[in-house]
Amino acid sequence: MQLNARIPEGPIQDKWANRRFDLKLVAPHNRRRFEVIVVGTGLAGAAAAATLGAAGYHVKAFTYHDSTRRAHSIAAQGGINAAKDYHGEGDSIYRLFYDTVKGGDYRSREANVYRLAEVSNEIIDQCVAQGVPFAREYGGLLHNRSFGGAQVSRTFYARGQTGQQLLLGSYQALAREVGQGTVELFTHTEMLDVVVVDGRAAGIVVRDLETGAITSHSAHVVILATGGYSNAFYLSTNAMACNTTAIWRAHRKGALFANPAFTQIHPTCIPASDETQSKLTLMSESLRNDGRIWVSKTAGDHRAPAEIAEGERDYYLERRYPAYGNLTPRDVASRAAKVVVDEGKGVGELRNGVYLDFEEAIGRLGRDVIEARYGNLFEMYERITGEDPYRVPMRIYPAPHYTMGGLWVDYDLMSTIPGLFVAGEANFSDHGANRLGASALMQGLADGYFVLPYTVAGHLAGMLGEAPVPTTHPAFVAAVAEVEDRLGRLLVANGSRTVDWFHRELGKIMIEHCGMARSAEGLRQALAEIPPLREEFHRDVRVLGDNESMNQSLERAGRVIDFFELAELMCRDALYREESCGGHFRVEHQTPEGEALRNDDDFAHVAAWGWEGEGAEPSLTKEELEFESVALAQRSYK
Amino acid sequence: MTTTRQPITRRRFWFFEFYRSAVGKKWVMAVTGLILIGYLLAHMVGNLKMYLSPEAINAYGESLRDLGGHLVPRTHLLWIMRIGLVVATYFHLHSATTLTLLNRRSRPDKYDERHYAAANYASRTMIWGGVIIAAFVVFHLADLTWGWGGAEFVRGMPYENMVASFSRLPVALFYIIANLLLGVHLYHGAWSLFQSIGINNPRFNEWRRWFAYGISAVIVIGNISFPIAVQAGIVG
Amino acid sequence: MDLTLRVWRQSGPGDKGRFEEYPAPGIASHMSFLEMLDIVNERLTLAGVEPIAFDHDCREGICGTCGLMIDGRPHGPWEGTATCQLHMREYHDGDTITIEPWRAKGFPHIKDLVVDRRAFDRIVEAGGYITVSAGSAPDANLIPIPKEAAEYAMDAAACIGCGACVAACPNGAAQLFVAAKYSHLSLLPQGQPERWSRAEAMVDTMEHYFGSCSNHGECEAACPKNISLDFIALLNRDYIRAKWKNRRLAGQS
Repeated sequence: MQLNARIPEGPIQDKWANRRFDLKLVAPHNRRRFEVIVVGTGLAGAAAAATLGAAGYHVKAFTYHDSTRRAHSIAAQGGINAAKDYHGEGDSIYRLFYDTVKGGDYRSREANVYRLAEVSNEIIDQCVAQGVPFAREYGGLLHNRSFGGAQVSRTFYARGQTGQQLLLGSYQALAREVGQGTVELFTHTEMLDVVVVDGRAAGIVVRDLETGAITSHSAHVVILATGGYSNAFYLSTNAMACNTTAIWRAHRKGALFANPAFTQIHPTCIPASDETQSKLTLMSESLRNDGRIWVSKTAGDHRAPAEIAEGERDYYLERRYPAYGNLTPRDVASRAAKVVVDEGKGVGELRNGVYLDFEEAIGRLGRDVIEARYGNLFEMYERITGEDPYRVPMRIYPAPHYTMGGLWVDYDLMSTIPGLFVAGEANFSDHGANRLGASALMQGLADGYFVLPYTVAGHLAGMLGEAPVPTTHPAFVAAVAEVEDRLGRLLVANGSRTVDWFHRELGKIMIEHCGMARSAEGLRQALAEIPPLREEFHRDVRVLGDNESMNQSLERAGRVIDFFELAELMCRDALYREESCGGHFRVEHQTPEGEALRNDDDFAHVAAWGWEGEGAEPSLTKEELEFESVALAQRSYK
Repeated sequence: MTTTRQPITRRRFWFFEFYRSAVGKKWVMAVTGLILIGYLLAHMVGNLKMYLSPEAINAYGESLRDLGGHLVPRTHLLWIMRIGLVVATYFHLHSATTLTLLNRRSRPDKYDERHYAAANYASRTMIWGGVIIAAFVVFHLADLTWGWGGAEFVRGMPYENMVASFSRLPVALFYIIANLLLGVHLYHGAWSLFQSIGINNPRFNEWRRWFAYGISAVIVIGNISFPIAVQAGIVG
Repeated sequence: MDLTLRVWRQSGPGDKGRFEEYPAPGIASHMSFLEMLDIVNERLTLAGVEPIAFDHDCREGICGTCGLMIDGRPHGPWEGTATCQLHMREYHDGDTITIEPWRAKGFPHIKDLVVDRRAFDRIVEAGGYITVSAGSAPDANLIPIPKEAAEYAMDAAACIGCGACVAACPNGAAQLFVAAKYSHLSLLPQGQPERWSRAEAMVDTMEHYFGSCSNHGECEAACPKNISLDFIALLNRDYIRAKWKNRRLAGQS
């Protein structure tokens, strides 16, 4: 298979303009003849559905939540980047592009990243016009703060609730279209398969989570905006329901899965308290603006933090990376935390964290300023841990947070299945091997508001006069039967273990061997352990209840099946990629100082995997990455 | 689960449209409540003349009939005010009844256990307090306006009528209890009406509570002083 | 610690529903309330009892999915806290905890502790937005917004749409939710062109599903984001003003 990313001609600054001009248009009166399915209504999905609906297409939007406002985009705290340069710091589209390519450790596609930087400014304009209450200065103009991986202040934020406010913006835009009747909304409806007819995406199979009814819907194009798969690790900062089913089912139907091993471990999360922990809570990276990260210089030092004198503390990020200090990119900060905890310098009862200390900032700025900046985060921390971070330093530790990998898409965000578009975290496109803070919101909205409306139209223009495949087509009937069979088998297994038990066991394997530090040996071990566990799951899982009413265990069981298969592919990809880059750190490939060591000669490419059937080795297709604008260099944050 | 839309079709004369909505009814309840508070205050202040002399309050009663002087025929202005009062009372009761029914329907299932954090005795007894007060008003009119109360009643002699009525201990007690209930009702009403009309300014919001306390205290203390004074023999 | 749960079980809208008691031994104080429920559910599953259905997702107090009436208090005993952020250190050995779903006509029952809060979305669909098509917005700094106004709009926008206000209200009213969404948009200059139609459309739709506000203040006390009653006054005032506003003469105001 040959991958054609269909990157437009011309200098990087002109590529998007050229593509937009080359793309065919659909005249307004023809748009209502086209059916568009959008699965997932987070930032990318809601923005795409709203924009396409407003443009006049007949849009059906699906979410497994009870409301589109619940998507996990809502939990992003820190902010959204844009190259506005409102503060005269020398920022520019080119600099945002450059920082993002560098932050991604040179494993992203230049043209996509440039387009992302280019539309970043329009996103801010759009959001402000929608009523997003971004932080402002006393003069009434927008305020910015700095974020990891950048030396300019380009992050727009709304307290610690930026994701919430942006999602409410796109939720409201979508609600408006639903109210106007241009978008048909299906809530509590989970997508369980993609239907492909003659090699093209023809529709989806869904399950009504309240009645269990399984139905299918057809359309001219299907857009998946279903988020990331960090829950393959069981414990992550993702919401409980976040899953890979939509993209995994698309993968099984022929869409290539790119760089599945590129996962991000976020440095500032609250450490786990024990085995019953159901998820990890992230504390915004923005805390690193004012907080200082440290551990004791001596291993096994169990004194209270206040008793450890300044000279006995190791501010290891400031020591190792003087230029960026506590604001090094996420992958670097996470690994550094793992190094000190592995050395036995971890803090807290379980010795599984590092301190994030605000004492110096409170002394310098006063408690009021710190409260204004991070008050809600401090409150959240206190609720969870029962400790007051104004007096005792926070304890933090890295946790799986974001997945840069995802379905392979071309420049137009179309997967290898024609007519199947993928947006937001669900695709692999913009962040390479590591995502910079405040870039996920940017990408979701860029894809939804400013990319898909053009590229989907361009695709549809070629289909004028074609009716969507009817849902009576044998492919639809077969897909519905397959889904019914899959769920039915789960209900009759009646084994001896719960769904969560299996998910936890899978998570343990994944975090141990495919987490922050990966080795060939560990990955092989994981690849040996996962298939038997999966077999055991099918044999021994217990799902009670029926498929006639809401059945949350059944929902979870269906998702865990797909996590098992994905987890194997993640390990396989991690084993294949003989280099360290961004969030992918192979212990065999590091500099003498313990920094990630890339191998540009052999791995400056996207590894896109194809499904070859259950039990069969996946096939590998490479997309070579061309770096024309940014010179490949060893990342340095010193 | 797919979306169903409820079309909003409200195209009538603006007041009916407005009054049909619950927010509109609350506005009407607040405005009529304000009118009734004004009346209660004036009524109480007027009756204070009882403490000056029997002649003073009897003359005050008479002068109410002469309101408007020579500009309007005698008692006409008083009747206009009375009609206004009746209309305000009607709307106050009507909006209260319909909203209560709506609210009952909106919360058909009770919780097995419920601890209120902010709702107080006053806010939760508005409807029953209101019903008792309405019953009291009927009794009060019958007793002291229409003269059906059983005591010696002479039209146009409010002082003597009041003393005769309040000399009976059960009547005095009923009057006092009803006024205490009125105070509770007024307290929530006088605060709540600001919210319903939308008079809100965080700088002055604390004053709304003080206003509610003040207005209910003044009216209640003034009103219950009359039967107490009669019973104590200070007046009579 | 060892606890006893009294949980509302109801298989669906047709079922009358009842309380069931479940023992919950060996609960650690650092667990969250929902983790405690997870454990109880796993044990129920192994014992052959269908697990308790309850809504939850982000478990960090922002998505608004979770919502339980715990011992007669929406979201439990902690002030300004969603159910998912409540932790078991609140409880002591031997406690019995009563767990009920939100109860209101506007929130039809789905299963066990799960109710349907989609009426909120219908209200937003009626007018809780600012119309702006992608790409048509002017520069973000074109209109300065006083910091205080932006902050106050943010106070309102912090609403997570969990429905605790409705659950808490003795009248089953949704005034606080609607007021929060309305105020967020109408306090900002961008929200002015649609202000009066928004007030009418949102209130009228709200009243289709929910009861009326009688200013108890229970909603404010139950709100996990401490949204103020002051916004309700603003909504009421604007609804009344919307009724006599002549939009052709109102201009920008």
